[in-house]
Amino acid sequence: MFNMSLHVGSTHTPEAVLFWVLAPMAVLAALGMLLVKKAVHSALLLAWVMITLAIFYIAEDALFLGIVQVVVYTGAVMMLFLFILMLVGVDSSDSLVENIKGQRPASILAALGFGGLLISLIGRAVSSTDAVGLTTANVDGNVQGIAQLLFTQYVWAFEVISALLIVAALGAMVLAHSERKHLSQRQLSVNRFRQGSLADTAGLPASGVYARHNAVDVPALLPDGSAAPTSISATLEARGDIIATAPFELVAQEEEEN
Amino acid sequence: MNAAALIGNDPGWLIAVKGLIVFVLCVVLTLMSVWGERRIVARMQMRLGPNRVGPFGLLQSLADGVKLALKEDLIPKAADRIVFVIAPVISATTCFMAFAVMPLTGKVTLFGHKTVMQLTDLPVGVLYVLAIASVGVYGIVLAGWSSGSTYPLLGGLRSSAQVISYEVAMGLSLVAVFIYSGSMSTSDIVAAQHKWWYAVVLFPSFVIYAISMVGETNRAPFDLAEAEGELVGGFHTEYSSLKFALFFLAEYVNIVAVSSLATTLFLGGYHALPGLGFTENWLGGWFCMVWFFAKVIGFFYLFVWLRGTLPRMRYDQFMKFGWKVLIPTSLLWILVVATLRVMSARGEPRALIAAFTFGIVMLIMAGLSLYERASRTAQFDGLPDSSVEPSFPVPHVSGINRVESNNG
Repeated sequence: MFNMSLHVGSTHTPEAVLFWVLAPMAVLAALGMLLVKKAVHSALLLAWVMITLAIFYIAEDALFLGIVQVVVYTGAVMMLFLFILMLVGVDSSDSLVENIKGQRPASILAALGFGGLLISLIGRAVSSTDAVGLTTANVDGNVQGIAQLLFTQYVWAFEVISALLIVAALGAMVLAHSERKHLSQRQLSVNRFRQGSLADTAGLPASGVYARHNAVDVPALLPDGSAAPTSISATLEARGDIIATAPFELVAQEEEEN
Repeated sequence: MNAAALIGNDPGWLIAVKGLIVFVLCVVLTLMSVWGERRIVARMQMRLGPNRVGPFGLLQSLADGVKLALKEDLIPKAADRIVFVIAPVISATTCFMAFAVMPLTGKVTLFGHKTVMQLTDLPVGVLYVLAIASVGVYGIVLAGWSSGSTYPLLGGLRSSAQVISYEVAMGLSLVAVFIYSGSMSTSDIVAAQHKWWYAVVLFPSFVIYAISMVGETNRAPFDLAEAEGELVGGFHTEYSSLKFALFFLAEYVNIVAVSSLATTLFLGGYHALPGLGFTENWLGGWFCMVWFFAKVIGFFYLFVWLRGTLPRMRYDQFMKFGWKVLIPTSLLWILVVATLRVMSARGEPRALIAAFTFGIVMLIMAGLSLYERASRTAQFDGLPDSSVEPSFPVPHVSGINRVESNNG
């Protein structure tokens, strides 16, 4: 972006039009990302900023960079962000209460430091190196040029960064991993037959079997006419939604008839 | 002149005409494929399928489309209104964009201009298709989130996890193609297959791509994002009328898009079947399009066949398959392909290449047999002690000790 604004006077008209249409939208979206309340809206605006950046790259003839920006950042990284944010739900907005003490000054300090780092880096890149021009850089083709740099001059930096990412991913997996043994459906079904009693092997009895009603809150009747407590959902029981079982028991009814 | 140079000479109006042709083809193909899918699946289930509107029911999807458009458009109260409206628009616009790089014919004459029937030719064309597909998923995920109810949210969650994992497998399966063709441009890859199709040369890549393209398009048996038995309609449960129609359109255009990519990368693109090369000059080169769409429709038939045959996978099995089978397999395959490529580029003796291939095959077979033995013993892990006779009567099996038969 920095480089572009330096050269914008010398670009052709279509590129200038593209820049002046997309750049304000990108800046607005970036501001909106900081200011909107819902996390998902923030993520969407960030995705939009990334896509506009990709379009700028493509307009600057860095086709590979632009496409990879969309595949990696918009497609994978932002999608992972969205995946987490979606678990938060649609109608909850971020709580603005600070939990960590001294987070605000620390974050301001970090932002200032990062900004300074960026400015010094860009400044050094712009002032100390002369631009060779796209035609020289892309002489073997854009993709081949990048590949050559990545796998020769910068291969060490590239490998270090990928090692860092893998360590981070492994760390996340180790932290989130639980050692609980998960039984498969097959093992569960074998277990049912091996536990010494065949009472529950065919599943729990359904509600209302042999009873006068077949509603979910009416217990099934056992062969001796008493109510089967396992035939009713534990949730209904906890809610207190079960009606008294006594009127449905067969024994009581037969006695009445006699 | 190659394809890129020919496309570079196109005047603006010709690009617009080509864009229109591609768009119309996609929409017509969608209408026809909805009809075709219903007819084929009906035949597989011993029914007739739609046969009332028009000859053979051909106009059924047109009638359905009109009906959909005239339905009431509902936006749930709990929905996030802006995102709810944007989501189907993202889905329906991105699905068409992949066709910009698909080479549909070789050199043809369109309104007096010599050109090729391809909208644009990028040096990273295949990556562009992947990028567009990954943006298209936003439509599904956002639809799930913005609906403000549980089932769509679950559908959206499933979809995002599914697409991330299967896109990795898909991308890896394409690497072998890039290594062999030495290019990421669709027209170059088609040209590189003039002798052998990559479906033959790189068969494992082809299989991995074919599996992950079904996962990528949310189709049965991988349609967990809209599993109607579990999630009502999945991510589009709350959508109605034209917004639903856009998702519907996007699904079918996506199927055609991934099939076109498979045709381009693995089945020789618009080229004729081996031995029928003379047909490519018929109709001034336009007959290539028939070959291209014949292959695409072949893939579409595969999609329908899968839907008619296989039950939906369970979610955990599906993810396990993606991460523990597809991705490691394609990584290993890339290693093998890269090694073979370097060997042949350096002109190593044939015996060495044959020995390497033989060694790899033996290693794979050894690994498979070890894995099979491990999985057979793991089946009985976590079971209670079976040496004790149960308290209830069990049938006697002659000559077999119960303990041994259980522990295999």
